[in-house]
Amino acid sequence: MAGARELPPDEVLVQRLRDGDEETFALVLDTWSGSMLRLAMSFVSTRDSAQEAVQDTWLAVIKGIGDFEGRSSLKTWVYRILVNTAKARGTKESRTVPFTSLLPEEEGPTVDADRFRAPGEPYAGHWAVGQKPQPWHIPEDHVLRGEVREVIAEAIDELPPRLRTVITLRDVAGYGSEEVCDLLEISPGNQRVLLHRARALLRRKLEKYLSGAHDVAGGRGRA
Amino acid sequence: MNCGEFVELVTAFLDGAMDEPTELRCLTHLAECDGCETYLDQFRQTVAVLGEQPAQSLPTEARDQLRGAFRALWRD
Repeated sequence: MAGARELPPDEVLVQRLRDGDEETFALVLDTWSGSMLRLAMSFVSTRDSAQEAVQDTWLAVIKGIGDFEGRSSLKTWVYRILVNTAKARGTKESRTVPFTSLLPEEEGPTVDADRFRAPGEPYAGHWAVGQKPQPWHIPEDHVLRGEVREVIAEAIDELPPRLRTVITLRDVAGYGSEEVCDLLEISPGNQRVLLHRARALLRRKLEKYLSGAHDVAGGRGRA
Repeated sequence: MNCGEFVELVTAFLDGAMDEPTELRCLTHLAECDGCETYLDQFRQTVAVLGEQPAQSLPTEARDQLRGAFRALWRD
């Protein structure tokens, strides 16, 4: 995880926060706010609103740390406050993201059907001629790798909100599937469908970008 | 198992969230399909790049305000 620092164990963190240790507060603030901002973006419509949701969350944490019972990890507790805060803002902006069931557009194949041999053909359902994924080489070069990260960042922003929420938690913030189900109150099956769709969309973006980058030797690829 | 089925199972496969017979079918499919092996590898690379996303941060002003709020609570 980029920029993540080792935090002391929860008991230590919580005690220090309760003792009013500002350095500890600054440490958790700086360590978590980045991924909290990304997460908040899935529920609200503007960057400013996401920022306010994160600020409101921290204010609630400051005031409520005395009531934290340690039944979840401190991080899960903080993120759950954020999810609820951001959801409430999203509702006001009429941009709710209910997770109870899958939407029709979230089902069905994640890879274009015409990349596979048609039913009835020999080897039906296997990669069609010329459609097989070609191996990639994500460049080691610092600048080029930065470009790849940018392509991914843009692609994350373009994802439908529910897909963005799940992939942000799982792959950007590094949560396990159980924690994500718990945080968003979704079933493991739905979580996996949303994550898989999001990853497949991003893989496709990278495929497009990297094949374009190969055509234009040394130049910027077409996204 | 064909490739169209395999590509939909990649996340479950990577999460170790499938029953043994299905996992076995994935493994035997992968053993003879370089296209799907590449697809799986690209999925892994995509996840890896996602984990490298640079951290966003709160504006300094917001950060200072929050530190101030924390400090204020303890001064009272």
